[in-house]
Amino acid sequence: MTLWLSILGMGMVTYAIRLSFILLLERVEIPWRVRQALRFVPPAVLSAIIFPELLWPHGALDLSLGNVRLLAGLLAALVAWRTRNVLLTIAVGMGALWILQAIL
Amino acid sequence: MVTGRSEFLAGVRAELPILLGVIPFGMIYGVLALSAGLPSGAALGMSSIVFAGSAQFVGTQLIGAGTPGIVVVLTTFVVNLRHMLYSASVAPHVRHLRPVWKWLLAYLLTDEAYAVTIIHYNRESDPAHKHWYFLGAGLALWGTWQASTAVGIFLGARVPASWALDFTLALTFIAIVIPALRDRASVAAALSAGVVALLAAGLPYKLGLMLAALTGIVAGVALETLYPSAARVPIAAQGESRNR
Repeated sequence: MTLWLSILGMGMVTYAIRLSFILLLERVEIPWRVRQALRFVPPAVLSAIIFPELLWPHGALDLSLGNVRLLAGLLAALVAWRTRNVLLTIAVGMGALWILQAIL
Repeated sequence: MVTGRSEFLAGVRAELPILLGVIPFGMIYGVLALSAGLPSGAALGMSSIVFAGSAQFVGTQLIGAGTPGIVVVLTTFVVNLRHMLYSASVAPHVRHLRPVWKWLLAYLLTDEAYAVTIIHYNRESDPAHKHWYFLGAGLALWGTWQASTAVGIFLGARVPASWALDFTLALTFIAIVIPALRDRASVAAALSAGVVALLAAGLPYKLGLMLAALTGIVAGVALETLYPSAARVPIAAQGESRNR
């Protein structure tokens, strides 16, 4: 019962967040400054998730060459930059991770 | 000719490459939710009631550790706060739609659906049916998420941790963010957010994520204000397409 209440609560806050400006905008106009800021949301939020995934893999900063996630991630970033291909980026990144895990 | 149907299918097609990263991520969620002690029904129910990957991962861990419900809900709020910015970003584009569309598209407003939809909205083309593109991308992701979490729950502990399937999350985000770094201000936003995320990685309840995101946004705006560049073009184009 408590479990389902928690899940329901999680769902309600998530939905409220997603609905917020879609409903609010019927009454308010978004200022230019806010729209300018919104352009930087995806790179900022996604990088804030990516960096710790690559550089903080086991609860601590790891800049060594033994950090396979960092190496595979850098290779994937290179592929993304050159090809702009999502599928290829994921495939190369996972392949590199598995090979490096086997070698190192 | 652009119709609702063709836009819907184009949205599904644009979402397909991203789904490759979502499938293992959904399966991992299913596996981890069971190992955290959630019954399969609750793990599955969370995928349709919450429908937010990273929040579901954090939520199942907290629930499994016996965290009070109110803390679970507050943490979900913090982890998903970035969706408020997505909401503000798509709001001008869905403004003309009937309420039933707004409520439906808001439910489907995830990282992955937003990423492909906003690119399409900012493109110079007939805006009349673009909400069908949003619906196509959103429903493709929704169906895939439900199916892959169900498979993960079914497989349970049979997927070895050494496969490191959780890494597909980072790879998917890399594939989305790198092509979007078209000017100095975006690069500054990404780099400063990444560095602050590392510095603040020890903060509780994923607060480091919010702090890092805000830093990145401020850095991007500051740099663009100091050095106005061609970066303003997409914003102007966005305004034009809305006024047509």
